[in-house]
Amino acid sequence: MYHDRHTLSVLVENRPGVLARIAGMFARRGYNIRSLAVGPTDDERISRLTIVVGTEAVQLEQIIKQLNKLVHVLKIVELDEEISVERELQLVKVTADAQTRSQIIEIADVFRAKIVDVDHDALTIEASGNPGKLEAMLDLLEPYGIREMVRSGTIALARGTRAITDGSKLRMQRVV
Amino acid sequence: MQITGAEAVMRTLEALGVDTVFGYPGGAILPAYDPLIDADFTHVLVRHEQGAVHMAEGYAHATGRVGVCIVTSGPAATNLVTGLTDAMMDSIPVLAITGQVATSAIGSDAFQEADVTGITMPITKHNELVHAPERIAPAIKEAYHVARSGRPGPVLVDLPKDVLNATFEWEWDDTVDLPGYRPTVRGHGKMIREALELIAAAERPVIYAGGGLVRAGAADELYRFVTRLALPVVTTLMARGVFPDTHELAVGMPGMHGHFAAVRALQEADLLVTLGARFDDRVTGRLDAFAPHAKVLQVDVDPAEIGKNRDVDVPIVGDLKVVLGQINGVLDDRQERGEHDRFVPDTTAWRAHLADLRRDHPLRCEQPETGVLKPQTAIRAIHATWGDDAVYVSGVGQHQMWAAQLIPYTRSRQWINSGGLGTMGFAVPAAIGAKVGVGPDVPVVAIDGDGCFQMTFQELASAVQHGIPVVFCVINNGYLGMVRQWQHLFYEDRLSQVELPQDCPDLLKLAEAYQIPGFRASTVDELDAVLSKARAITDQPVLVELRVDPDEMVFPMVPSGASNDELLESAEEWHARVAAEQA
Repeated sequence: MYHDRHTLSVLVENRPGVLARIAGMFARRGYNIRSLAVGPTDDERISRLTIVVGTEAVQLEQIIKQLNKLVHVLKIVELDEEISVERELQLVKVTADAQTRSQIIEIADVFRAKIVDVDHDALTIEASGNPGKLEAMLDLLEPYGIREMVRSGTIALARGTRAITDGSKLRMQRVV
Repeated sequence: MQITGAEAVMRTLEALGVDTVFGYPGGAILPAYDPLIDADFTHVLVRHEQGAVHMAEGYAHATGRVGVCIVTSGPAATNLVTGLTDAMMDSIPVLAITGQVATSAIGSDAFQEADVTGITMPITKHNELVHAPERIAPAIKEAYHVARSGRPGPVLVDLPKDVLNATFEWEWDDTVDLPGYRPTVRGHGKMIREALELIAAAERPVIYAGGGLVRAGAADELYRFVTRLALPVVTTLMARGVFPDTHELAVGMPGMHGHFAAVRALQEADLLVTLGARFDDRVTGRLDAFAPHAKVLQVDVDPAEIGKNRDVDVPIVGDLKVVLGQINGVLDDRQERGEHDRFVPDTTAWRAHLADLRRDHPLRCEQPETGVLKPQTAIRAIHATWGDDAVYVSGVGQHQMWAAQLIPYTRSRQWINSGGLGTMGFAVPAAIGAKVGVGPDVPVVAIDGDGCFQMTFQELASAVQHGIPVVFCVINNGYLGMVRQWQHLFYEDRLSQVELPQDCPDLLKLAEAYQIPGFRASTVDELDAVLSKARAITDQPVLVELRVDPDEMVFPMVPSGASNDELLESAEEWHARVAAEQA
């Protein structure tokens, strides 16, 4: 069954186990995580997760509500694909001998990827971009022989001036 | 002032106004049990940690305050799992404090080590493993606040032994710092106005009252709202008593074993005014056939419940006591302006129809004048004996459904049971906790089944030791009655592992072993005398065994997975339907 792809930016308190809470909530409620990336923000008390989920709109609303119930979750924003920048980082090790090396480098250039390691019969390429671009590059490299590859989860920011860290929810406040 | 982490636990509980904790000591929690000797609250020593958490639930359910339990690490903490899940499902405010192995040993598979915050993550509203003594008071304070605010639930605080033993400089402030936790309390004004318009336009509105009303303490606001607009009310299993069954607007309990009129009321309604209810499968039956003509107005403090199972026309997120107060406020305002009547839907014909259904479809039970005792008769007699003042606590199964159907509840928190999780064994410890909560003047009567009773009756010793005078009534039919009922109806009466010999254990001898009065009635003729004798005892626990007809089944019944339109009123009806389908 086809599911829409939705990207959520989630700000959480930087506490032990917070990732387990989020991953566990997805698992036990049967929600599907397509990609997950976690990292620090400019505020050391806060981490930012980018979660890509494959789901219908109705379920997405429930996912957001259930995420919001986790005490350590501070803010959730759904990023519209049209008005946000999404990137993944990919490292690919491709079979490359003297004959094919230059062709592969040419392909990498087209995708504005970098050669980060060269050996006698392999090249390692670093590429970043949206998932579609990385898939396209992989597709072209495939005939040469992909020895291994690794790809990060999606990270994303909305375009424009506004930041999701704007607004009162983020500031640590006393309640009650 | 320098104190230990263990002393900080006691000071924090005292500062929060905790008057009773239910617990059981052991290795990792030992440091806390020393300052507990001098603490300002009572400790009830249980016989199994599951008893501690169910007692905390019973206490919380009966009083609306947070129930507190304290146990050691490992197996003690894992013994809390069922009760925590139960409290999560039924939104009961519980604070669980567990010991943990020393921080240096965590992750080493140490003696009595279990990953308790990991295990309880999905079954608590929140939990925390405390790493430093300075964090003890904030952690417990936050846990207490989270447990009782918003949609209530269980919160667990895990305390490593070295953290309990460490000394530190004690400071207290009564604020909590939870930037990610802000339950919505007030309803949106625009939505409240839309809600009133929706009600005004309805022809067949029904209040679908759920347990959230009890948790919010909103019975008075509900009464005022319902009676001024003359709206019929169904009260779910978790909400029995939040609106008095004796009122003419009360239609009864909906759901799989609900009253006929209440089930039909929802099926025929054109508007469900859903208040703190969550469209549980036991209420809706087959979801796509539930209340097919109804628009839905839903008020809940938990936004995730809104639209979870059923699309909603007007959603209101907020505390039910506050939101109903707001609604009444708007109506008061309109009344002053002479515009009140515009908001009162004409429900005369609808109410008359529901009254007809109630009259034409009463609960059925054919009790012979002498001899065999029907369970329904037994439960009606229990209510006749202890009356409307008592709190009734049940286990899970046939006895629970009969007690929910047959007793007319007249006030909030008068009926305590395990609804969402369906935890057999709940009644004995929950009744003890409830009795501690309501105090000496209110009788607490457990109505238990023989299967349930055998899961947790070790807590009789806790009641005896602490002088907690609960009446334990066991409706003994010698079977796992509800399972037998399903096997009879849906598995061609092929009974599989459901017989529990009626005389094993001998409950009178068991009462004797626990040094409490025990009574038994095996026929309808003995019933009243036995109950009066038990009623006379108010200063100690008492055990009443009522041996009942094992063939009796709970009706009405919506077969599992069926539409509520297929509600059965008798086994004969089901057998006739099966025969017709086969023919």
